[in-house]
Amino acid sequence: MKNEGLFNYLLRLADTNLILGHRLSEWCGHAPYLEEDIAMANIALDMIGQANALFQYAAKTEAKGRTEDDLAYMRNEREFVNTLLSEQPNGDFAMTIVRQFLSDVFDFHFYESLKSSKDEMLSALAVKGHKEVTYHLRHTTAWMERLGDGTEESHSRLQKALNELWCYTDDLFELNEGDKRLVKEGIAVDPASIQNAWIKTVDDVLAKAKLVKPAGVWQQKGSREGIHSEHLGFLLAEMQHLHRAYPQAQW
Amino acid sequence: MDTNQLEQNFDAKLARNESIEPKDWMPDNYRKHLIRQISQHAHSEIVGMLPEGNWITRAPSLRRKMVLLAKVQDEGGHGLYLYSAAETLNISREELIDQLLTGKAKYSSIFNYPSLTWADIGAIGWLVDGAAIMNQVMLQRTSYGPYARAMVRICKEESFHQRQGYEIMTVLAKGTAEQKAMAQDALNRWWWPSLMMFGPPDEKSPNTANAIKWKIKRETNDELRQKFVNQTFPQADIIGLKLPDPDLKWNESKGGFDFGTPNWEEFYNIIAGNGPCNKARISARTKAHNEGAWVREAANAYAEKKKAVLA
Amino acid sequence: MAQDNQGMLWEVFIQTKPGQPHRHCGSVHGHDRELALQNARDVYTRRNEGTNLWVVPSNLIVASSPEDIGPFFEPANDKVYRHPTFYTIPEGITHM
Ligand SMILES: [Fe+2]
Ligand SMILES: [Fe+2]
Repeated sequence: MKNEGLFNYLLRLADTNLILGHRLSEWCGHAPYLEEDIAMANIALDMIGQANALFQYAAKTEAKGRTEDDLAYMRNEREFVNTLLSEQPNGDFAMTIVRQFLSDVFDFHFYESLKSSKDEMLSALAVKGHKEVTYHLRHTTAWMERLGDGTEESHSRLQKALNELWCYTDDLFELNEGDKRLVKEGIAVDPASIQNAWIKTVDDVLAKAKLVKPAGVWQQKGSREGIHSEHLGFLLAEMQHLHRAYPQAQW
Repeated sequence: MDTNQLEQNFDAKLARNESIEPKDWMPDNYRKHLIRQISQHAHSEIVGMLPEGNWITRAPSLRRKMVLLAKVQDEGGHGLYLYSAAETLNISREELIDQLLTGKAKYSSIFNYPSLTWADIGAIGWLVDGAAIMNQVMLQRTSYGPYARAMVRICKEESFHQRQGYEIMTVLAKGTAEQKAMAQDALNRWWWPSLMMFGPPDEKSPNTANAIKWKIKRETNDELRQKFVNQTFPQADIIGLKLPDPDLKWNESKGGFDFGTPNWEEFYNIIAGNGPCNKARISARTKAHNEGAWVREAANAYAEKKKAVLA
Repeated sequence: MAQDNQGMLWEVFIQTKPGQPHRHCGSVHGHDRELALQNARDVYTRRNEGTNLWVVPSNLIVASSPEDIGPFFEPANDKVYRHPTFYTIPEGITHM
């Protein structure tokens, strides 16, 4: 396939948005208070919307007659290339906020850079994504500060979440051979180029939240090649089962 | 002014169809009735998020997933607007939530039925939101200002809820044989509970008389129920689904349908806590409330520390 | 456990187009100013309704009372000379 590299790159972005949006949507009806329920659904809707657009573009790029739903609902565990961070379970509100925050910081710098992609469609999606994530980051930053500097309990929960999720942060920056070619062509973002910015933003917020950055943590990797934690299989089983149970059906 | 005079002024205002505002004098029973009705309504929106929320993670397409999430989110917003309206009557959100979780306050019995298949999401949007909208359209003209204004906002947002449900049913009814059966099954299960949503028959509804007198409600339970049956029959018919009522037939003389009697014994039992999902619903709300307590405490502690309010 | 605390009540005012006045649209809870503002955004601008938001603590709003209607507002009833229609101008005069 001519555009296999781009197709594969789009799946990385689409899968991550879908899986993280899906995780957030699990909160709907169960958040700490009503306003936050609505806030989390807004973020989830932005992310699933972004996934939808990326899958459509991927389907078009592939040009094999598959649709966005085929890509979301008919691929298996090893074909999904979302980040390890995005698939981690919601846990308590601290886990959800740390997961979202770390991911928002990445997306914030990532979209900023992707805006100048030579691929017009990607660049347009980045402009939209950057506006959205700027707000998401403002929201998660507010919670990082409040939970980090709130009560003893909230502080320790947040620190614990940070310690547990830190091993998935290097995985955010992974890229494969196809991605590297796209970087050279000015289409994809070189994750290494935004790593310092990511570290700085994260450090600033951790300081305000009075959190200690985990050090010397062995990093889990592999999502770029479809190697996941066990959580993804269950998520996909739930998400895809209805669609797959009636293969001939329209919805 | 003595109470008599105040009461006369209040009645005169109602007679002129002027709205009653939070600081206006109002009879104690009017206030109590409102708190009961508005909070019950708010709780229904919040508990109502649960049966539909169940299917967000399983929605069969990306489009359906987004629509359902946006829809359930809206219901949360409705709960929020209504809690705020109740708060103007001098009761706090904390108290209102406590009343729900301790079983002191009721919510619509319909949300104690389980949502078993995807078609239930269609049936809920079409029938449950449809019935709710009928009630809410009337309540836009309710006598208490903050309640009426919340309703105006809610009705605007509701406009897509029923449509998305009906669209789901339409697609299923025109789909494979299995899908059509799924749609009919959901209609069979949700039809009678939807009719019960309007409340008991007028002669057995203890609060209706006052609600009408105070112009809180402007149509009775039975009037609204009749309207709902009349409007729903053709909607079912056009997509080839059948309302599960052998007694349903057109009555030329009243210009509406005659229809069977819902199982009121089941209705009262569900209200008494014996529905299939009563316990699950309240325990889900209690869990969210308890597990969120440390978050709310943290936000409060942070605000105290930073004196961020009006610093 | 400390007493439940759902956050303060805030009144939300929304500007729907640049240049338009802010209008009251409802209330939200929030434990501090930033959360209140974010909550107002998340609750009240989901349908493209806004270009600007104010949030004001509900308890800081000073309101007149129903009893004030007479003394506050009725004295304005007879000041007809404040309205342009009170004045007679010759026919054919425009732009005034
Ligand atoms: Fe609603
Ligand atoms: Fe609704």
